[in-house]
Amino acid sequence: MKLGRNIVGVFFEGLCRGCALLVCVAVLAILGFIFVKGAGSISWDFLSTAPSDGMTHGGIFPAIFGTVAITLLMIVMALPLGVAAAVYLNEYAGRGRGARFIRAAINNLAGVPSIVFGLFGVGFFVLFVGRNLDRVLQTGLLFGQPAMLWAAATLAVLVLPVIIVTTEEALKAVPLSHREAAYGLGATRWQMIRRVVLPQALPGILTGAILSISRGAGETAPILFTGAAYFLPRLPVTKLFGAIPMINPLDQFMELAYHIFIMATQSTNVELTRPIQYGTALVLLALTFTLNLGAILMRIRFRRKLRRA
Amino acid sequence: MNTAPAIAPQPDKIEVQSLDYFYGTEQALFGVSMDIPDKQVTAIIGPSGCGKSTLIKAINRIGEISNDIRIHGDVRLDGASVYGKSVNLVELRRRVGMVFQKPNPFPKSILENVLFGPKLHGVKDRDRLEEIAETSLHKAALWNEVKDKLNKSAMELSGGQQQRLCIARALAVDPEVLLMDEPCSALDPIGTARIEETIEVLKDQYCIVIVTHNMQQAARVSQSTAFFMKGKIIEYDDTEKIFTTPAEKLTEDYITGRFG
Amino acid sequence: MEPLVQKTLVTGSAEAKSSSRSPVSTGGGLRQYHGRQRLREGLIHAFLAVNGYLAIFLIALIFLFLFKEGFQALKTVQPLQWIGHKTLDFDGREVFRFIWQPLSSTPKYSLMPLLSGSFLVALPATLLSTVIGIGCGVYLAELASPRVRELLKPVVELLAGIPTVVIGFLALSVLASVVQSVFHTQFRLNAFVGALGVSLVIIPVIASMTEDALRAVPNELREASYGLGATRWETLSRVILPAGISGISASILLGMGRALGETMIVLMATGNAAVFTADIFSSVRTMTATIAAELGSAAQGSEVYYALFFVGSVLFTLTFLINLVSEIVVERMRRRLRL
Ligand SMILES: Nc1ncnc2c1ncn2[C@@H]1O[C@H](COP(=O)(O)OP(=O)(O)O)[C@@H](O)[C@H]1O
Ligand SMILES: [Mg+2]
Repeated sequence: MKLGRNIVGVFFEGLCRGCALLVCVAVLAILGFIFVKGAGSISWDFLSTAPSDGMTHGGIFPAIFGTVAITLLMIVMALPLGVAAAVYLNEYAGRGRGARFIRAAINNLAGVPSIVFGLFGVGFFVLFVGRNLDRVLQTGLLFGQPAMLWAAATLAVLVLPVIIVTTEEALKAVPLSHREAAYGLGATRWQMIRRVVLPQALPGILTGAILSISRGAGETAPILFTGAAYFLPRLPVTKLFGAIPMINPLDQFMELAYHIFIMATQSTNVELTRPIQYGTALVLLALTFTLNLGAILMRIRFRRKLRRA
Repeated sequence: MNTAPAIAPQPDKIEVQSLDYFYGTEQALFGVSMDIPDKQVTAIIGPSGCGKSTLIKAINRIGEISNDIRIHGDVRLDGASVYGKSVNLVELRRRVGMVFQKPNPFPKSILENVLFGPKLHGVKDRDRLEEIAETSLHKAALWNEVKDKLNKSAMELSGGQQQRLCIARALAVDPEVLLMDEPCSALDPIGTARIEETIEVLKDQYCIVIVTHNMQQAARVSQSTAFFMKGKIIEYDDTEKIFTTPAEKLTEDYITGRFG
Repeated sequence: MEPLVQKTLVTGSAEAKSSSRSPVSTGGGLRQYHGRQRLREGLIHAFLAVNGYLAIFLIALIFLFLFKEGFQALKTVQPLQWIGHKTLDFDGREVFRFIWQPLSSTPKYSLMPLLSGSFLVALPATLLSTVIGIGCGVYLAELASPRVRELLKPVVELLAGIPTVVIGFLALSVLASVVQSVFHTQFRLNAFVGALGVSLVIIPVIASMTEDALRAVPNELREASYGLGATRWETLSRVILPAGISGISASILLGMGRALGETMIVLMATGNAAVFTADIFSSVRTMTATIAAELGSAAQGSEVYYALFFVGSVLFTLTFLINLVSEIVVERMRRRLRL
């Protein structure tokens, strides 16, 4: 009896352990494989030059540049809006039916397929907003075509729920007792939020921001038709007032994730350019992993701090 | 019977006037009237859930920050309604400080905790801030223990020290009233004793209202005591009288431990 | 000692008197401040509200815009056409066929191949991920020592952080060849390869949600069970898993939603042949891949363009419903655990 009970337990526990092990092995295999296959391609030249010879040689600098530029643009659009919206929802909007509904909708939006955002980006940002801007401003075809601005806006809408949800979680984690203490000392609502709630929620908010950046950098589907380019002979930069160089948000751009997709599926010689594909994948992985690792470490610290508090 | 006990020479600081208090539809206080004198300690005792916290949170209107509440009746501070139309809540809460049941220091340094209120209210002068920090910590009998580590995190203090830090933090905005909601319930006997000493020192300068579960504590620190049950005030009199010759049978049962 | 701030609390006692009789409600706007403070608080409130409503507006817009454009397709494409069309076979008999060919001279808009493709990838992927994800989640929550957990959790989270295009790339370049040599499949790229790739995306979802669900089970239950002489596995299987079952079910649903919505992996690894089939080793094309593959060549305002938005609307509705159910399940669990 006793023995039988133990055997069943040992068996199923072993199964669970096996699953965990399998996941570990899979992660290590993916990372190891990409690393081994990609490391050979990585060189200073690869990182700092543009593709050449019909994209069969050369580096991926424009794609790195484009990825950094678009994620920066995205976070600049999404973070202030998302954080302010979360502060409003959590601190001002109350707990009524309407607020609950909105929260559920936002939660749900986080699970909407990214290609749907791509559809929205093309239909709304490029064709609706862009074309109408052109019509009103008489700018010909300036805004109404795929561009970094629209791709970034699409990604911004995609990560908006992520930012709102993580920010709200961070705000909720600030104990009521601290709010009461601040009010008890005669703080106004905003003083309470700014001096007590936001400082405590900051690591949580930053974690959400980093995760969003990493998510944005890794997404491909939303930018397929909103601004990513197969190949661009120039960087998407322009000179402000003819002197100050800046990112040109109205230009198209190359992007790491899109580059992998294109090179692996539509390049003229897929097998010949494998090293470039692995190299690009390695760079993209390194980028997103650095970001994710940062977010994970930050969250661990944040949780620890909360537990102590 | 519900007027101030004769022992208090000063005029009443707080007047609670037939106060009904509702959380949503649930009524927590029923026609409570109570005059609380200045410069002494008034204790509120009673079984848990009888409305002690509700009453003192009604005085500085902190009960309404996380609840949807409704009241009838009034609470007056120096004769003026705290529920009046033009009441400045910020100013009200500055004048009526509060110490909560669980110590709730902010996860900041000791100094930042004490100076949180003064900075809110626009004190910028460094010397002045230093002075406020030192006097407040002195008053809360914490200065000697923390003077060398003012920039350490408040979370590193013991529970009793944290609670005295919260008292210092409340005192730093120079309140007139100090509300304490079971300030010792999360502390050990030593921490409790230190807080009681602190209260003893403070009572000549402030109007202190303390909610406590601990009958001995009420007897030790307060001059008047109010006994509550089920949202109603049962008896309110000089502490000595309440604990020696209570007028009500319910009070006697409670303080002799026959229930509660 | 002088007060730090000097202001009188109440201006008129007549006002105070009048308020003392009438009930005071503090539902919202009663939190009063004065003068500049009031102005500042009001401005900040307004600013935050604008942001809040803008975010909500954007979110509502996605929904509205998608359906508005998708609805256009219904004006020209008949309801039956979404299912299939009648045609003559070689013997001249009338047959009903399920074909998606929006760009042919007589466009065909059957959604059946796309739906079958989507589910042929999503169902096996969900099944596989359920087994592995729950196993992994149980191990993380109940079996692993704290030190192992601290190590393993980031690994699972890292898996969730791998860009799907990288997984799609590996599925396309490596996994597909392995699968072909093991199963001797006719097509190198097929639904099964896609399902394996998609599993890698949803295993972490199921694993971490399962872990959360199990860790939310109160310790008293564990203690009670051990106290009655149950072994660890008995405690786990008879007390903890049943208590966390809603959360686990929700994670499976959510994983399924993710699998249906996954784009890049299926676009790269399933072969993209829009055939109506139940053969898991056949090349298929999902709804997501269809949008991704054809939107580029669809002119704005054309029938195909609207048809793709219609596909998008179907996809959105499907995933939205699945997410909604999963959310309701989680909500129910929360309520039950609180009781
Ligand atoms: N936030 C609240 N919402 C609804 N009812 C409450 C709330 N806080 C307290 N109550 C109710 O009001 C009554 C008095 O509570 P409280 O003042 O906290 O009692 P005490 O501090 O004496 O233990 C109790 O019946 C309690 O259930
Ligand atoms: Mg209480």
